[in-house]
Amino acid sequence: MSKRSAVLSVTRPLAVSKSKVDRTADVDEKWTLLIYAYLAFSAFWLIFGTAVGEYLGIKFVYPDFGIASWLSFGRLRPVHTNVVFWGFASLAMIALALYVVPKTSQRMLYSNKLAWISLWLINTSVVAGVICLLSGVNNGGQEYREFIWPVMALFAAALILLVYDLYKTIADRDVEEIYIANWYIMAAFLWTIVVAVVGYLPWYQNDGISETIIQGFYMHMGVGMWFTPMVLGLTYYFLPKLLNKPIYSYSLGVLAFWTQMTFYSMLGAHHFVFSPIPWWIQTVAIVFSVGMVVPVAAGTGNFLLTMRGSWRKFARSYALPFLLVGVLFYFIVSMQGTLEALRTLNKTWHFTNFTIAHSHMSMYGFVVFLIWGGVYGLIPRLTGKEPPHFMVGMHFWLALTGLIIYGASMMIGGTFQGQSWIAGQPFINSVSLMVPYWVWRGIGGTLMFISHLVFAYNIYVMRPGQIEAPLESAQTATQLA
Amino acid sequence: MKLSFHKNHKLLFGVVFFGFIGLSLIIAVGPAFWVQDHNKPIPGSKPMTKLQKEGMRVYIDEGCEYCHTQQVRPLAEDKVWGRPSTPGDYAHVHRLNIWQETPNVLGTERTGPDLSNVGKRRASKTWNYIHLYDPRSVVKQSVMPAFHWLFKVEKNPGPNETVVPVPKQFAPKNGKVVPTQRAKALIAYVLSLKQTPLPNGQQKTTESQNSGGGQQAAASGSKLNGKNIFVQNCAACHQQNGKGVPGAFPPLAGDPVVNNSDPTEHIETVLYGKSGKTIGGVKYSAQMPPLGESMSNAEVAAVINYERTHFGNHGKTITPQDVAKIRNQDKQNKTAQ
Repeated sequence: MSKRSAVLSVTRPLAVSKSKVDRTADVDEKWTLLIYAYLAFSAFWLIFGTAVGEYLGIKFVYPDFGIASWLSFGRLRPVHTNVVFWGFASLAMIALALYVVPKTSQRMLYSNKLAWISLWLINTSVVAGVICLLSGVNNGGQEYREFIWPVMALFAAALILLVYDLYKTIADRDVEEIYIANWYIMAAFLWTIVVAVVGYLPWYQNDGISETIIQGFYMHMGVGMWFTPMVLGLTYYFLPKLLNKPIYSYSLGVLAFWTQMTFYSMLGAHHFVFSPIPWWIQTVAIVFSVGMVVPVAAGTGNFLLTMRGSWRKFARSYALPFLLVGVLFYFIVSMQGTLEALRTLNKTWHFTNFTIAHSHMSMYGFVVFLIWGGVYGLIPRLTGKEPPHFMVGMHFWLALTGLIIYGASMMIGGTFQGQSWIAGQPFINSVSLMVPYWVWRGIGGTLMFISHLVFAYNIYVMRPGQIEAPLESAQTATQLA
Repeated sequence: MKLSFHKNHKLLFGVVFFGFIGLSLIIAVGPAFWVQDHNKPIPGSKPMTKLQKEGMRVYIDEGCEYCHTQQVRPLAEDKVWGRPSTPGDYAHVHRLNIWQETPNVLGTERTGPDLSNVGKRRASKTWNYIHLYDPRSVVKQSVMPAFHWLFKVEKNPGPNETVVPVPKQFAPKNGKVVPTQRAKALIAYVLSLKQTPLPNGQQKTTESQNSGGGQQAAASGSKLNGKNIFVQNCAACHQQNGKGVPGAFPPLAGDPVVNNSDPTEHIETVLYGKSGKTIGGVKYSAQMPPLGESMSNAEVAAVINYERTHFGNHGKTITPQDVAKIRNQDKQNKTAQ
């Protein structure tokens, strides 16, 4: 009895301190400021976009909470999705890419100015887009294509400037080989420019079905040819860097790259399985959805084999756990997506909230966690200011717990929804049965939202400036720990 | 030439860029062009009127398509929404204007019911206005937004204005609810959503037909549940408790037709719909849709028996044969005329 519990011991701290990182020598102040500016705006859009998401989640439980045109679900849903896509996640990925590409090319960024112009173009595009959507002007209700073309043109222009900037950087590199991370990053920019142009040119979209074929292509390529290759490319840099060892296999990365390009391009129509678009397009989409096992297994395998034997480093780093979660979710959601495309399972899950689980688990669990890993891995080394380790831990656990609650509730509820339809129950049953799951979704979403506030605080703490701070912040970290 | 992708940036990014353009042409642009050239409206379907087009724009502006699909899949579970959708059903959907693209009305989520055939299923303009103003006034469990901003509240609406009979506890205190032009256009569009029957003998010829079409459900119709049919088709107006909405939709509880031992009028009302009838001194102008088109005799009998044995009603129950008899009689009368 006299022996005290190890868990409850007073001397055992609530959180374990992680290893401290120092500023990298010779960082270029202007370059740091550019990257930080992208991240600061990105954090702003994260708070804004997910506050909207949180509000929408509440509306499923209290539909009359705020009755006004610009507060309605139909107008705010695209605000949520487009802000987190083009505002938050895109700006954050570009910020990291603006570091990785010059670094791995062993030279300076070709032009800081082009990157600054792009930052303002993207911000203008998102602001204008939000105003349009709130006032009820959208492109035609196509998911992720809701910004009307003059607004999206600003975003596309930014991508063109950036890809030029990065291409010039790589072309004039100081090493012979183009590092695999740059394959993915450059491809993401080039592919997304094509996707945007294909999505917005009008000549082959003049009736409801031809438009739907393009929409299937656009909505999935917008995710899978922009976010996926971009964060994979970033991980090919940050994971080996933070582990201080080379990537397990360069060849697996190359295999995953080419299969990603050829297989992924083909599977957009799996969002319209059983719809009246040509049956062969649906079948091709399903076949290549299964084919996606190749790049996904190659990619995750490569990352996990790189991690093997270095688990101690994960325990001691506050950035690496984010990368681990991101890599695991990459595998989970890709397999989930393949299953959802199969006709037998699509019958149950299509049109239900299961899709909402999938989209959040992939955008958040996979894409955003990898982004956060990169941010925490990079910024303290650039600015010399670390966030309190405890706050990074808070961010990590709130976001992860929230996401798991969110994903589980929507997957379970969505399955029941589909089964209710198959059982031939009156439609309204599938609405009432969702209520408890919508409540759980709200709880998960709230945890996620709080974690974003913590993230924004951490970004603030990591801001560039006078370096007299490190001593002080180190002290705070130990106190909190 | 050696394929040195990892050393030659022009080659690498050239293949990445132009290769993807090629793939996009194969899987998206090409098929879209082909479909656009070959898709024809279903014979007998009409292009949208100006008002309906305006309504489709409101439908898109307000984001209705995020919760409502307009596509019936060739699956047994989708049979309640109509026949499987065909490309021709969307041949009348075109680009809105120079700023906005062809809208995506098919949708990817069914948080609310499918609307492919809503013009038939919910034919009453009155119901649609009430429901749009406040969905929970007629469907308690609904999570659809209340579209107050598509209506005005007027103290003394003119004689030419449509007054929406919103149930008391949901109505504003300071006047009557009157639809704006945008609400009128939206409802005109919603009511125009009716599937055109496919030309005789022409079936949708995809493999999808084999994956368990509607017939299966119809053939195995052994476990017909009158309550389910009622909730799905009738409760929106008559309410789940059968009490109706005062002044807008008549109650079934205690209704003389429902309790009449001669079921003829009851059957005919379900088969052919009704409007403008005065019941208990109240004139009901809302349009009840003809449900006979989409329901089998067994389904009609099941729902009628449910109505006759619930809500405190004690009407004599009927059989599917009774429904068939009335259908045949009426057909003969029609040909006789």
